[in-house]
Amino acid sequence: MRLALLVLVAAFGLAACGEKEQVVVYKQGKYQGKPDNRSWENDPLPADFRGGTWTKGDRSSWEESIKKRQLAQHEYRRIYQ
Amino acid sequence: MARMKFLCDSERCIECNGCVTACKNENEVPWGVNRRRVVTLNDGVVGAEKSISVACMHCSDAPCMAVCPVDCFYRTDDGVVLHDKDLCIGCGYCFYACPFGAPQFPQAGAFGLRGKMDKCTFCAGGPEPDRSEAEFRKYGRNRLAEGKLPACAEMCSTKALLGGDGDVIADIYRERVLRRGRGADLWGWSSAYGVKPGAQPPVQQPAATTGKS
Repeated sequence: MRLALLVLVAAFGLAACGEKEQVVVYKQGKYQGKPDNRSWENDPLPADFRGGTWTKGDRSSWEESIKKRQLAQHEYRRIYQ
Repeated sequence: MARMKFLCDSERCIECNGCVTACKNENEVPWGVNRRRVVTLNDGVVGAEKSISVACMHCSDAPCMAVCPVDCFYRTDDGVVLHDKDLCIGCGYCFYACPFGAPQFPQAGAFGLRGKMDKCTFCAGGPEPDRSEAEFRKYGRNRLAEGKLPACAEMCSTKALLGGDGDVIADIYRERVLRRGRGADLWGWSSAYGVKPGAQPPVQQPAATTGKS
């Protein structure tokens, strides 16, 4: 009886002590159950808005576009090359 | 795969709070909530004053995600840590868990009730259709979906605050350090903790015995 009670208390008491793995899973428009789109699934903005240019749905072209934007923060290369 | 991160160069930050203002403006963050703030050490001490811009660091092993009782956090393919405000119960566990104080809670009502958690989204919106009015109202602008970087990093006038793929911004910072000519002296343990380069770590002495058994 006492053992069963102990097991029951441990089961409830330690229930929050586990840690889920923080891996990225994207299934049917959801990240771990939370609905969201991925950036490259959008159309690029019109040119007037100075956004990136990529092909809708093409991840590598979006990454290439955002990388160009990141390198624009590198003033040594932006200015001297 | 990109891993979006922020990197703040304390040698360049001039505490202008431009990043804070850019964030507030871009995301229309409510009064009393600052997704980003500038922290200054040795304020007013000539030659020793350093500032650094702090927000959510989008941790690779995020403690907020680990402690959330309703599992409202998720990580995107770009490594951005986001949360679902429809699931958040405003308990504040994430605030206690976060080493950077990133989660913020708007005060709702006269008795200081906590609203739903708000934090830096790396300008990546949240779980609503991208670039929609609903997403903007809850989470702010989704600049990544526009092919842009976070407003704070792009607005930084001295380019102290860098935002983007961890590998790319680390390369930018590395080149800066090399050009400054102080290499290892500027980046690493000794600059962070004040130990002279080449110094040996202190040897731990065994605990003194009291003679009692």
